[in-house]
Parts: sequence; structure tokens; C-alpha cells
Amino acid sequence: MSRAQGIDRMDFSYFPGCSLATTCTESNQSLMQAAKALGFNLIELPDWNCCGSSSAQTMCKNLSLGMAARNLSLAPAGRPLVAMCPRCLHYLRSARECLKADPERRRELEESFGRPINVDIEIIHFLEVLVRYGLDRLSADAKRSLKGLKFVPYYGCTLFRPPRLEKDRYFQGEMENVLKALGAESVPNALSYRCCGSFLSATDPEIVAPLVNEIIDSAAAAKADCLITACAMCQLNLEIRNTRKTRLPIFHFSEILALALGAEDYEKWFVRHIVDPRPVIRKLAKAA
Amino acid sequence: MSAPSPQQAATLEVIETARPPRPLIEEVKERSGAEISRCYQCRACGNGCPFVTAMDYTPNQVVRLLQFGMREEVLKCKTIWVCVGCHTCSSQCPMGIDIAAMMDALRLMAVEEGVAIGKPNIIDFHEEVLKSLEKNGRAHKLSIMLGYKRQTGGWFKDVDVGLKMLAKRKLELFPSRVKAVGEITDLFKCYWRESK
Repeated sequence: MSRAQGIDRMDFSYFPGCSLATTCTESNQSLMQAAKALGFNLIELPDWNCCGSSSAQTMCKNLSLGMAARNLSLAPAGRPLVAMCPRCLHYLRSARECLKADPERRRELEESFGRPINVDIEIIHFLEVLVRYGLDRLSADAKRSLKGLKFVPYYGCTLFRPPRLEKDRYFQGEMENVLKALGAESVPNALSYRCCGSFLSATDPEIVAPLVNEIIDSAAAAKADCLITACAMCQLNLEIRNTRKTRLPIFHFSEILALALGAEDYEKWFVRHIVDPRPVIRKLAKAA
Repeated sequence: MSAPSPQQAATLEVIETARPPRPLIEEVKERSGAEISRCYQCRACGNGCPFVTAMDYTPNQVVRLLQFGMREEVLKCKTIWVCVGCHTCSSQCPMGIDIAAMMDALRLMAVEEGVAIGKPNIIDFHEEVLKSLEKNGRAHKLSIMLGYKRQTGGWFKDVDVGLKMLAKRKLELFPSRVKAVGEITDLFKCYWRESK
């Protein structure tokens, strides 16, 4: 898709997913603020359901496909479907590929929902929307400078790794591009892609804590002020499973983006953090 | 080599070997698309896996067991349940084997065949998530965690984190629900728990 086309199309279907709708509403709220500031119209998928997540994927393939497929059946044609959670993105795209390859299963599901499933729908991450919008325009829209904010871009495991989805675009480096365009300074030499532990954080915290500590230690050793995550589950795991005295704030990418674009209600997102990020924000405000 | 005479056969001890490797490796390949026979044991997957210390076999050892056709050992091992599908192994494999997809297939096979699960608390957790999805269409973390604690009995494990999350309103009391929840319940008809 050419960039000119991308600029004209500002309407998107939006899939929040369970984490953003509940545990991490601060991520959803800040994303909405950022989208508003940039003129993107994120239209929530009506009556969406869970993408199936690792649990359906583990226990029953048909269930996992069906859960994701129902969401695809709710997405109107003619505009891309945007997800913020990398796992949701992964399962929605996997389902689309699976249904493309299996017309019979697709027909069965369409019959059960009483709706067609659009298998040609474009499913993209919010970062892709920003890339299409253009970094020069984005930096021109900035209301607050992020100058002096040293961050580790933390992608976690899913945003560009699953080989089954090689045909789609990947986002390695895009968080840095966006945040550097807004004045922040990326710290490259830390564990940006190490898995946060995913659901083992709920079942086996003793396995996850050393991994999270290692990630946080690497960021602290690189003299970062904070980590900025592309994934809501990573954000939570990095906050709750760090057992070290060193505590670095963990931001959702959308929070920092919205902050730079001039959002005012950031206090109510930041009070929901377990590691208080406000000292870092105050330092940033003082420097500006 | 000529066949042993009847007398010879009677004195020879019959050695039980594992089943021929072909069927198992083919089955897993068909389910996952992973080209397991390509593995030459470079151990990149085992060295890269963030969770390897919690596993009983390293990912490359699981591959080897599959190549040997050792079905029971593979399906009963802890490794397939500790794997969260972070795809580090898949992205590091020099032979392009999608090891995470292989793990996916093995978990499903273990569930379908009803073998003893190597790490039962993880399957308990997945079951709790599915209960929540069946009821609400979306994941409700508080009821998942309470259900999980009821299953595993670890009421006082990790209480501090739970309280912190409650205090920050990160665990919502009431679930977010799908309106047409019947469409979701229909999807659960295929689920193995129902069919048994």
C-alpha cells in the first residue's frame, strides 16, 4: 500500500482484547487519546470476544479457530482491523490464514454465525497505522517533548517472531522510530525481545521472577529511565514479577505516545501502575 | 543375513524397541508443519529457550525423542507445558524448524490422548480460562485466578501480588461480557470436554 493511500484512510476497526478492556484499561484509554490527537477513527468491533488466547490454542484447535473467526465475522469490509495486543494480532491473523486454506470450515462457521467471514481483511498492529501516517507528520503533531527520556523498547516475544505469519509485516525497530521522532532516546543494549513469561506468571511465578529480573537488570545496567512495552501482558508481568530492589517504571507504548501528543488525563493511567512512573514523568517535565 | 532357525529363535531374547519413528514424526509434522527430521542437534533452541531450566527435556531433546518415536515420553513430559510459545527457538533454529508449532501440536495430542499431564497445574489454569470464556466470551482474570487457586489449593501463594492488583483495580470484580454469548457457547460444542 502506498503512503498516500494510507494517509487518506483514517477509519479502522479496532479490536481491544481482554487485557486492554480490563486489567490494562490505561493502555486502552491512552491509545484512544493518541488516536484522537492524530485523527484516527478507531471503531471498536461490536460485541467482540476473546481472541481465544493461549488457552484455547492449547486445549482445542477448533475452539481457538472459532473464537478468532467470530471476531473476523464482526469486522466490516473496507477498513483494516487494528489490534494493539500482539497475541490477539497473532491469533486473528492465524485464523484468517487458516480459514483461507480451509473453505469448508469457513462455510461451517459462517453458517453457525449467520454472517460472512471476510478472509481478505487486513489485520494490522497499531504501530503499522503510525508507520502509514508518517513519522514527520507525527513529530509535527507533538505537543510535549520526550527529550531526555531514556527508554528500552520492549517488544516481548510475539510481535514479529511467529514464523507461521512470515507473510505479514513485522515491527522490529518501529517503537524506537516513533519515540525517537518524538524526542526520546532509545537504549539499545538491553533485553528487548526476551519473553516476559506469559501465563507462567500466573501459574509458576518462581519460574518467571528470575527472567523478569534479568530483563529489568539489563535495562538498569544500560542506564534506562524506563521500559516501554508493545504488549499489555508484558507490561503487567514486568511490573508484578520483579523481585529486585531496582524498580524501573514500565509504560505502555500508547501512554508515552499519548503523553507526547498532549493528552491531559495521564494521572489516572499512572495511578494504576504498580511501579509508580510519576517521578520519571516529573523529571521529564522539569527538563522541558 | 539368513533368518534364524526355529531353535535359534527360541533361545534368542526378543528385544523390545520403540515403535518405528516414522508414524509419530509424520503425525507431528502434519499437525504442525514443523520439519522435525531436519534437526541435527545443534542445540540452538535449548540454549536460547528462556524457560529451559524449568523443563525436564530441552527442546532439542524433545525433537530427538520424536525422531526416535518415543511417544509416551514426549507426551508426558513437562517441557511441552512449560513452553509458552514465545518462538525464540523457532526464530533461532538454523534448519527453520518451527519448534513452537511442534510444541503446540504435542500439547494438543497430549490432551486428546488423555495421557498423564507432565505439569498439571498449567492445564488447570487453561481450563479455568476456558470456563471464563465459555461463560463470558471474554477472560475475567479475577474468577480465573480464584478458580485456579481452588483447583490447585495454593490459596496463600502469591497473595501479595493479588492484593496489589486489586488495590490498583487491575482485577475487575465483574466480567466484561459478550452480548451474543450463545454464539460462543456454540463454539464450545467441539471442545473435547463436552464430547466425552
